[in-house]
Amino acid sequence: MKNRFDVITIGGSAGSLLVLTDILDVVPYHLAAPVIIVLHRLRNVQSEMGRLLSSKRRIIEPEDKEPVKEHSIYLAPQNYHLLIEAEKTFMLDYSELVNYSRPSIDMTFSSIADVYGPRSLGILLSGANKDGAAGLCQIIAAGGRGIVQDPETAAFDAMPQSAIQMCDGVQILSIEDIKKIIIGET
Amino acid sequence: MKEVISNADFLDIINIVKLQYGYDFTGYAQASIKRRLLRFMGHIGLDSVFELKYGLVNDQDLFSRLIQYITVNVTEMFRDPGFYKSLREQVLPKLAAYPNIKIWHAGCSTGEEVFSMAILLQEAGLLSRTKIYATDLNPANLERAEMGILPLDNMKDFTQNYILSGGLADFSNYYTARYDNVLIKKELRRHIAFFQHNLVTDKVFNEFQLICCRNVFIYFNRELQNSVLQLFFDSLSSRGYLAMGLKETMRFADIHGKFETVHAFHKIYRRKE
Repeated sequence: MKNRFDVITIGGSAGSLLVLTDILDVVPYHLAAPVIIVLHRLRNVQSEMGRLLSSKRRIIEPEDKEPVKEHSIYLAPQNYHLLIEAEKTFMLDYSELVNYSRPSIDMTFSSIADVYGPRSLGILLSGANKDGAAGLCQIIAAGGRGIVQDPETAAFDAMPQSAIQMCDGVQILSIEDIKKIIIGET
Repeated sequence: MKEVISNADFLDIINIVKLQYGYDFTGYAQASIKRRLLRFMGHIGLDSVFELKYGLVNDQDLFSRLIQYITVNVTEMFRDPGFYKSLREQVLPKLAAYPNIKIWHAGCSTGEEVFSMAILLQEAGLLSRTKIYATDLNPANLERAEMGILPLDNMKDFTQNYILSGGLADFSNYYTARYDNVLIKKELRRHIAFFQHNLVTDKVFNEFQLICCRNVFIYFNRELQNSVLQLFFDSLSSRGYLAMGLKETMRFADIHGKFETVHAFHKIYRRKE
């Protein structure tokens, strides 16, 4: 069966780390779609976030112009916005903070909506601000699928709640159901 | 950011800017510049791409504002402190062998990283025989850099960065604070020449032992990255150093075989013979 999505993108902030590791644990090795993660992180402190997120899988912090490859999990590097070019390469951007954040989830989601349109799946997890909401709505407007972690289960509900309020078509799911959807993609 | 700029409109805008004002953005990475164009339209209240094109054809002032807005002018002193530490430990001791040191800081924005370099050189005892050529595309940036005035608010972060870079002096020795601003000390700035240089259209203008061009390549597409790397290669003395941004890489460039890696993480390269 052909996969429905060519890319899965996940955004999170405060309170998203544990659920994210939980989700990454079930990402199958044979999942073709690249997974692109944007987390709010400290800016000038070196961190080993990739290793923290998964003990099993290699998490790649892409460099500028690196091709977006299948079967790979990417994490937006500290202190840069992560964009995707039309030819499916990464572009790093060091411009102003967006929603007080760099990387900004909105920037990445919006760029994924432009490039992958209906073949993008966006997932927004726990977080204490509204970054990611507008981007998720752009993914939905482009014909893609937009999911938020059920605000009831989120440590901080501002982020999923903002997306729910901002546009129609946002699906509210438990982490268990989000995992099932990712597993179902193979 | 809901509206989208079509490829045809994008090319029109690039052409107007090129033919009418001489700035060539053809080789810029589109994902970022399209976004900045849309933000600019929102910022000045233009509703359509047509209005933007019309404005650019008829209004030079609009173009000046556009240049100021779409070029990225975000910078910090001692940005990526570990990089500056590597410069201190691995590059400056080598530069010390030259009687006169010439450094090119390309894409210097408002000067913060150039002032950082001047401080490093001062602390290594090299500043008095160094000339730093600091260039940028954006004239408004250069005017600000020339003044050497920075907002006081930022100094706390910059001091932290300075310490992380291995700085041992009292950072406040390098500026005088007045009201909400600080003035970078004249003896640091005396060795810096700020002037306009466009990496796309301008050529080699001198020979350098070190070129710093950090977080500029990310805004270029691969072809333009190649040609700017060639420009840098031609502008470096034999065994001269090139420093790029932490997420910029030479590995996709045709010319990478002509450089050796000095520090893979901090993206410091060296021209082969």
